[in-house]
Amino acid sequence: MDVIAWFTDPAHWSGFDGIPTRIAEHLVLCAAALLAATLIGLPIGLYIGHTGRAANLAINIANIGRAIPSYAVLVMLLPISLGLAPTLGYSPTIGLRIIPTFLAMALLAIPPILVNAYAGLQSVDRDLIEAGRGQGLREGQILRGIEIPLASSVIVGGFRTAALQVIATATIGAIVSYGGLGRYIIDGIARNDLPRVVAGAVLVAGLAIAIDLALAGLQRLLTPRGLRRPTTRGFTELAEVPQPAAGGGV
Amino acid sequence: MHSQTTGHAVSRSRAATVEFDHVTKHYDSVQNRRGAAGAVDDLSFTVPAGKICVLVGPSGCGKTTSLKMVNRLIEPTSGRIRIDSVDISTRERTELRRGIGYVIQQVGLFPHQTIEENVATVPRLLGWQTARRRERAHELLALIGLDPAKYARRYPAQLSGGERQRVGVARALAADPPIMLMDEPFGAVDPIVRERLQNEFLRLQEDLAKTILFVTHDIDEAIKMGDLVAVLEVGGKLAQFGPPEEMLANPASDFVARFVGTDRGLKLLSLFRVGHLPMAEFPTVRVGDDAGTARRRSRTHAFPYELLVDDGRRPIGWIPDKAIPEEGALTADQAVPMSPRLDRRTTLKDALSLLLDANVQAGVVVDRHGALVGVVTVDEIAAWMRQRNASLGETVEGRDGTGASAEGGTEDRRAGPHGVDAHPAPAAADSP
Repeated sequence: MDVIAWFTDPAHWSGFDGIPTRIAEHLVLCAAALLAATLIGLPIGLYIGHTGRAANLAINIANIGRAIPSYAVLVMLLPISLGLAPTLGYSPTIGLRIIPTFLAMALLAIPPILVNAYAGLQSVDRDLIEAGRGQGLREGQILRGIEIPLASSVIVGGFRTAALQVIATATIGAIVSYGGLGRYIIDGIARNDLPRVVAGAVLVAGLAIAIDLALAGLQRLLTPRGLRRPTTRGFTELAEVPQPAAGGGV
Repeated sequence: MHSQTTGHAVSRSRAATVEFDHVTKHYDSVQNRRGAAGAVDDLSFTVPAGKICVLVGPSGCGKTTSLKMVNRLIEPTSGRIRIDSVDISTRERTELRRGIGYVIQQVGLFPHQTIEENVATVPRLLGWQTARRRERAHELLALIGLDPAKYARRYPAQLSGGERQRVGVARALAADPPIMLMDEPFGAVDPIVRERLQNEFLRLQEDLAKTILFVTHDIDEAIKMGDLVAVLEVGGKLAQFGPPEEMLANPASDFVARFVGTDRGLKLLSLFRVGHLPMAEFPTVRVGDDAGTARRRSRTHAFPYELLVDDGRRPIGWIPDKAIPEEGALTADQAVPMSPRLDRRTTLKDALSLLLDANVQAGVVVDRHGALVGVVTVDEIAAWMRQRNASLGETVEGRDGTGASAEGGTEDRRAGPHGVDAHPAPAAADSP
């Protein structure tokens, strides 16, 4: 009941500590971390997936990011981030509030993106690659024209996992006085204000679910028509023959 | 937009000569342990332009390896492969491949692309305009017997196995390449569909006249499809190279003899058609002929039956000599039911089978209108094959085992794609 009261209090919907602001802060940090993780994880995942080279090495290194608790990463990075501020010329405030959180989250997001890109490409039928190569597609054309479209749903699956983890983990930013929804949790604990803590948790969970649903929609949208379930609208109109198992083209 | 290209369904393009010159592929022990494809040992042979050469042999004999060396999916350890005298190792890989049709057993249609897009793969790579690509794809779909209006926009998952195989062939033909590589192209479909696809393809090839390298492990398919057959043994050695009838009549080694099987005599028969037999004029009697005359004439030949035909020379049946009436006119109801009806396109194997099946000595050969062409007997088939094998044996001796000269005698033997058109009538056991 107290939680509902908390949500219905207009004071919690405006100002620097209002829900919209906190959500925006939360999302900005998450987006930045995901973007960074994508820029690193996706090319590596696609490379090892296409060539099969150095796959074990890359995946194992990436998984270290998963193994170390984000909280530990945050604490370890904090002194470094602060120490480098004068040298690299950013403000110590950013060094304190943003950089360690951002890096801890990015590190967490790389493994699912990288591993799914790799697994997605690996799951593409070798015969298709061979057929493509035999017809004179270049390696880049095979990657862009065959592997990525066919693996798109698995690749986006990696983003979904990464996004969920990042949204949940962004709450620890509040420890180092960054904003975001973690503020409600951390401040709530400090003030022994349980409704605030619960409200923060509910908001984080709600945001995670919303983003996950959006990405699920994207995943569906990116699944090539020829691979969609025959029940998908449009595909059914074409289907006049009995459906063998979709995919594989065999 | 589509006015200029109506008419010719497929241009009759150039074919090219493919030459293997001491081609060897070794795999080191590590690759072998990983189950690498078969090695190839000093392979030399030439496929003349416009011919189908079938590479056949047990698994691990290097036939697929040999095929993939032609479009450089695999590079030989040593030796040269030339296409129209040009060493392919001097050509850019992707450019080479776009000029060679490639069909594989698993077809490898891209499941996220429509049939039309799949067929137009190489034209797209070659930078053709959209309209031209579409036109070409539709032309090819029509050629392989799939209605473009119905199939062009479908996805591979919506096609049957046989339809997908055909699309695979259409895709390989899209840019009208002079050479096609086909790796067990009909291996993944059931025997009935396979037979139909084989026949369709042979009929296509009559017009296309591409140079085709065709891999199979099925000796019957090799005999049926090949103008030339290269038999490979495990280890990638060429055991025999030549037209299929030569391989059947004169296997070069025990291995080849074992591989083609003990029924190679029958297989040889399947390569020839009734039309190949010399058919002498066969004496007939006509409905309404005078019985006395017929009876007298029957004594002039040893065959104990007279063949009764109608006014259009269409055979009605046999009249046993003893059953010819003393006088009066011959009528249709005096004849015993017909023995098997064959036509010129019936293979000798099928003809023999029909004769044995009906427990008769002679089959009646008719033309398209049902009129009598002649009569074929079991003895005649046997005698003709004996004679043919004897003459083939002479020409084969002294021939270079791996040379390119193995074309003699292929001219008229192709059994062709048109299947069996025999019409076996229910035959009485006591008829001729």
